[in-house]
Amino acid sequence: MSNLAPLLRVKNLRVEFPTRRGTLVALDDVSFDIAPGEVLGVVGESGAGKSMTGAAIIGLLEPPGRIARGEILLDGKRIDNLRYEQMRRIRGKEIGAIFQDPLTTLNPLYTVGRQLVETMTTHLPVGPGEARRRAIEWLELVGIPAAAQRIDSYPHEFSGGMRQRVVIALALCAEPRLIVADEPTTALDVSIQAQVIALLKRLAREKGTAMMLVTHDMGVIAETADRVAVMYAGRIAEIGPVREVVKHANHPYSAGLMASIPPLDRRVERLAQIDGAMPRLSAIPKGCAYNPRCPQVFGKCRELRPDLINAGTTQAACWLYDTEATRG
Amino acid sequence: MFAFIINRILQALPVMLAVALISFAMFAYVGDPVAIMLGQDFTEAQREALVRDLGLDQPFWVQFATFVGNAAQGEFGLSYRLSRPVAELIAERAPATLELAFCAAGLALLIGVPMGVYTGLYRHSWLSRFFLTFSLIGVSLPTFLIGILLILVFAVWLGWLPSFGRGDTVQLGWWSTGFLTWSGLKALILPAITLGLFQLTLIMRLVRSEMMEVLRTDYIKFARARGLPNRAVHFGHALKNTLVPVITIVGLQLGAIIAFAIVTETVFQWPGMGLLFIQSVGAADIPVMSAYLLLIALVFVTINLIVDLLYYAVDPRLRIGRGKGGH
Repeated sequence: MSNLAPLLRVKNLRVEFPTRRGTLVALDDVSFDIAPGEVLGVVGESGAGKSMTGAAIIGLLEPPGRIARGEILLDGKRIDNLRYEQMRRIRGKEIGAIFQDPLTTLNPLYTVGRQLVETMTTHLPVGPGEARRRAIEWLELVGIPAAAQRIDSYPHEFSGGMRQRVVIALALCAEPRLIVADEPTTALDVSIQAQVIALLKRLAREKGTAMMLVTHDMGVIAETADRVAVMYAGRIAEIGPVREVVKHANHPYSAGLMASIPPLDRRVERLAQIDGAMPRLSAIPKGCAYNPRCPQVFGKCRELRPDLINAGTTQAACWLYDTEATRG
Repeated sequence: MFAFIINRILQALPVMLAVALISFAMFAYVGDPVAIMLGQDFTEAQREALVRDLGLDQPFWVQFATFVGNAAQGEFGLSYRLSRPVAELIAERAPATLELAFCAAGLALLIGVPMGVYTGLYRHSWLSRFFLTFSLIGVSLPTFLIGILLILVFAVWLGWLPSFGRGDTVQLGWWSTGFLTWSGLKALILPAITLGLFQLTLIMRLVRSEMMEVLRTDYIKFARARGLPNRAVHFGHALKNTLVPVITIVGLQLGAIIAFAIVTETVFQWPGMGLLFIQSVGAADIPVMSAYLLLIALVFVTINLIVDLLYYAVDPRLRIGRGKGGH
């Protein structure tokens, strides 16, 4: 799919948080593309910058966070420097968003129908009557039984899984071309997770919607994504096709991450783990941010920060794949 | 719904009875009504006759039951000071207090809520800082001082507005209104500001902190992520979610405005219930005081009922008994 012109292009994105004790760099030099209809999985530990990347794309970084450098392009047009009102017209209409916790994402005081209708009348040339008809269709599409009756129910009258289905309907109802899904299944029961992911995957395929799927669930990634980006301490450590990253990760961090997935076909004494913890944003080590934990660390890793370089099947930000560095 | 109201009224009954007991106790323990009514010279026979007339020879519970029975029919006896039925006195004064209270509450709401929304949304603008500083003045200056300052500026120095009284009133049945005459409206302005200023700043600060709280929630972020216009996010989604606590406080404050307009009414010589009450206290006019106490309890109980019904209207999660739909 990567031979198509990208729908979304993130170039050298840097997000900073000015604080009293200096500026924290939450995202540094993050670059990736998403092709139309493609699903990009983004994985990493908590605090790696996965959600931050999503927030930057939809233009809703929490102040005082701000984009300090880099560009975000949708269809070749920059969207990172738009005024609030211009960006508002893109949110929902071009880029939909799904949040983590369906219990807190819906306004408790309005019926789900009203929330769907207002989203559609904001972005689409439809009146309230037509919007309501479509709202019922959407609820049916996301698998809400008796949608015509349930449309006038309030969010608290639905279970968590049903609410996330409503959230998905809300994210998709103005037919955006890109969905930023931030841990859409983390807050759900395991038995519901699979259903919701299957729904999301099916709708994205049917509507041709591209998706940036942020999660720390490797199972979800393996099943849903076309490509995967592994993030570490605000940077992309490795990016590549899902099969390659999961089976033959090139970056030592992604390899460690994949090794910590328990195998189902045999019993292991101990699960593999990566020693230590991800550094805080205020204390990112010199050189490669992963170097204190890396089993294959060598001189250059402690000195210089690697950029993404070709590592055969994937791209990895690792000096191991820099022929000059390993030679010297 | 109907059962809910009945339930609430039943819950209010013990409250009213407790207040009735306290106001009844005033007769027995604050001064001796017989001595007050007889004056200096009386015979023993006169005294006994009066005790029997007033029913004071009856056991305590019988007296109390009679008191409650009469109160329920609006019978509070004669004012010691004015020798007129208490119910009549209060009915005469109530319109003045209620009109003042509603003007003050309206002022506080119509200005306080928008100011609260504004300062909640634009926390760092200089106008917000100004409003907040101003609200500190409103919260910290005592009512009588504000009243006197307003009189000094607008009545004495500028001479624009009257410094006391209600102006001309128009009689609509038993209700006397100041809304229909120019002088009545002018006379309302200063007392309404004086009475409403504290409530205004309180409402503003409450709405501000609630707005800031709600704006941090996921559903507001999600509303923004859906690309809804700011007006819909701020007023449709955020403001409505601040309403439950705001209704609670506004309800209690409205009760307080009606009940404790005493200071404002005294400063402006406003012919309302508060002024009547303070004059009755001065003269130990117990029937008026006890009736006032009961009336205020009734006002609070009623407002609480209305507040509960408003919760019901605002927040669907509180609507019990509605079809629960399952999962």
